[in-house]
Amino acid sequence: MKAAVIVFPGSNCDRDMMVGIEHSLGRKPEMVWHKETELPDVDFIAIPGGFSYGDYLRCGAMSAHSPIMQEVIKKANEGVRVLGVCNGFQILTEAGLLPGVLMRNAKLKFICKDAHLKVENAQTDFTANYTQGQAIRIPVAHHDGNYFAADDVLKGLEDNNQVAFRYCDEAGNVTEEANINGSRNNIAGVFNENKNVLGMMPHPERLCDPQLGGTDGKPLFDALVEALS
Amino acid sequence: MKAKVHVTLKNGVLDPQGKAVEHALGTLGFAGVGEVRIGKYIELELTDEAEKTKENIENMCKQLLANTVIENFDVEIVE
Repeated sequence: MKAAVIVFPGSNCDRDMMVGIEHSLGRKPEMVWHKETELPDVDFIAIPGGFSYGDYLRCGAMSAHSPIMQEVIKKANEGVRVLGVCNGFQILTEAGLLPGVLMRNAKLKFICKDAHLKVENAQTDFTANYTQGQAIRIPVAHHDGNYFAADDVLKGLEDNNQVAFRYCDEAGNVTEEANINGSRNNIAGVFNENKNVLGMMPHPERLCDPQLGGTDGKPLFDALVEALS
Repeated sequence: MKAKVHVTLKNGVLDPQGKAVEHALGTLGFAGVGEVRIGKYIELELTDEAEKTKENIENMCKQLLANTVIENFDVEIVE
């Protein structure tokens, strides 16, 4: 697997993403500044979390128009795997690579804690090392993670198995109480139609090392390395 | 020449900030306030070239100023 991490002004999880990928891949991904207009030859692109452009206008709105994003969109349309985490998810929705939008958390508070996620589709290059329906623990840290899509879009996502993860309790029950930010249908992560683009609010890259308290994020990167080797 | 752009949440999209403000106004003792919805107001100074058509401004709204998944926009051009 040849991987790149895109770095925007205000990205703050780019190094975490690099380390997370390195844990599974055995070498560092390329770090690509957002002003670049070309990507190196890669088969995996990660858009990290943070507060790119200070969340001006809307989260991810400015970054979605950064020079490198034209290239990311082109590669995504060619089938290159793209992962957007947190602000990266927001950027991918603003860039039109993923449906829906991330709104202010329903209770208006910044949420920084571990969340439990139910794996809803374990048959993709991102999720193959989880089991269908498995409950995993992944940290979240966001103010705008409240996933919204119109009824018809939501129905399309459900019908086409595009929901990757849902907020759930420790036992894997998808409940209103476990829906930390008010997302429609408890959605924590979605795929595009072809399942080569994944956006998620929780941070798998932060839980890839037992010394950091867990490794529930590592199977995601392991699966990508296996699929793309 | 100026364009005044109002960006508002579409009907049916929950506005937690509006809800919080609505609640706070009630707490302050202001009676008779119904639903509160919060939006954005954007002013654009326009050169002759940019103000040619309202369509131009509408494209700015669609591509950047508003997210049409959840927001409506309204453009007013003033002297």
